[in-house]
Amino acid sequence: MNSQDIREVVIGLLRDIAPEMDPASLDPHADLRDELDLDSMDTLNLVAGVERELHVTVPERDYPQLRTLDAVVGYVQAQRPPAS
Amino acid sequence: MPSLGAEMEAGRLVTWYVEPGQQVHRGDVIAEVETDKADIDVEVFESGTVGALLVEEGASVPVGTPLATILSADEATPQPHDTTEPTAAPSGAAPAADLPSPAAHPGDAPLTSAPVPAGPIEPVPHRAGPTAPLLNPVLRRLAQRLAVDASTLVGTGSGGRITRADVERAASAPGSVPPRRGPPPSPAQSGRSSPYARRLAAERGLTLTARTGSGPDGALVAADLTATVLPPLPSPSGRDAEDRVDAAPREDRDVAMRRAIARAMSRSKREIPHYYLGESVDVEPAMRWLAEHNDQRPAAERLLPAALLLTAVARAATSFPDLNGTWEDDRFTAAEGVNLGVAIARRGGGLLAPVIHDAHERSLPEMMTALRDLVARTRHGGLRASELTGGTITLSNLGDTGVETVVAVIHPPQVAMVGAGAIAERPWVHDGHVVVRRCVHLTLAADHRASDGHLGGRFLADIAARLRRPDQL
Repeated sequence: MNSQDIREVVIGLLRDIAPEMDPASLDPHADLRDELDLDSMDTLNLVAGVERELHVTVPERDYPQLRTLDAVVGYVQAQRPPAS
Repeated sequence: MPSLGAEMEAGRLVTWYVEPGQQVHRGDVIAEVETDKADIDVEVFESGTVGALLVEEGASVPVGTPLATILSADEATPQPHDTTEPTAAPSGAAPAADLPSPAAHPGDAPLTSAPVPAGPIEPVPHRAGPTAPLLNPVLRRLAQRLAVDASTLVGTGSGGRITRADVERAASAPGSVPPRRGPPPSPAQSGRSSPYARRLAAERGLTLTARTGSGPDGALVAADLTATVLPPLPSPSGRDAEDRVDAAPREDRDVAMRRAIARAMSRSKREIPHYYLGESVDVEPAMRWLAEHNDQRPAAERLLPAALLLTAVARAATSFPDLNGTWEDDRFTAAEGVNLGVAIARRGGGLLAPVIHDAHERSLPEMMTALRDLVARTRHGGLRASELTGGTITLSNLGDTGVETVVAVIHPPQVAMVGAGAIAERPWVHDGHVVVRRCVHLTLAADHRASDGHLGGRFLADIAARLRRPDQL
């Protein structure tokens, strides 16, 4: 899975949480919590989705690293073996 | 039509999921109903066979109107209900013959969505004559707003039923009393009609003529339009215009949600003498326990602090029956169990407080599962009627917003609401030293008719004590 695939999966998870979101206008550097009005349940659901769909483990202490779309994609990529 | 909130007066039946002759079991979802706040799945409370569907899809009916007949196993023939008698009481009390055995939850408006005929039902005679014509609450308000004397109304609907057109026709008749003396201000002038009313009128092809509204200085507001002469949106199925609640456009749903919240909150503030208590609680032990619990588990099994709060409140409420129940008809009824309402904000605005039934019996992980499930269905659809009734106490947790303190508005007919602010690091005295601890400010808003401050204070202290022993929750 390359970074674009990961990004698409994460955007899909975000759309489940915030259906009104327009993927085209989501700033990859924007704080997701502010941009999409995510509360703690939303964040937990996002993390659960990342674990489930992207097969990585995200411990609670790493939550602060998942601040933006770019940060989430980068975090997942760092956890996964490089794509063949 | 079940009452799904203190402020609910009518609902629109959107879709039937069953048909006559179909077997249903207690708890099955049989219809989707649209209310001001949400689209709700209505369950049936008896098992049996669907007899007759009494309300057609698209129809808006008052709370208490029988929706269908359910035949028990030994019923030979269906007993039709006459649906032309609407109930006057907004709380949803239905004629006794329509009620199943009383619900176990005190203060619960009887759910008349599945009446079991108790015996031969006599049709209710139509009373459209000079003495008390039957008006549903929606039309009654319309008649009041248009200053129409309800006793003079003649019904032209089926079976002599009074329709919206009848009320409006009576309002424009020479004999009706004009709603306001003196020349009405022209709404075409700036400030005489709200921007939303002007836009609504433009969308519907309506000209705003000189007409007095209910806004400031007689300004026309959207509510005036929808209540009176607003032409309905074209209906694909051609249903009776007077029965439809035109709520399809998103903005109308927002307006309807705010109206429902306005009614509930206004009633709460008008009727309930609130008292308020607050306590700061050191939750450092709870947060450490939570971190250790979550560290060992995948995200799908982790607990949020909200689940701890809910569980602590549910357990504490079992020890304080005067704070767990309902106030109706000038007296308090303590509930048997704890049906814990959870205030959940909807995306884009609006608020619902669905109920976790028997919360006192749920373990911490079960409470978390229930919370996750309720949040999902509150925000993305699928809430059930049984989840919007029977609440005995509610938690309003606004910690995610960062606020320190929540001074809550009690949800009638309940008598208490616990508020929680953000869990945040604060300077705290622990073992004689000033240290940094994570704390939360808990509040109690309580109905002074049902309890006094001393009891309320002990209740908050009980919650705090449980939060300090999270392993025992």
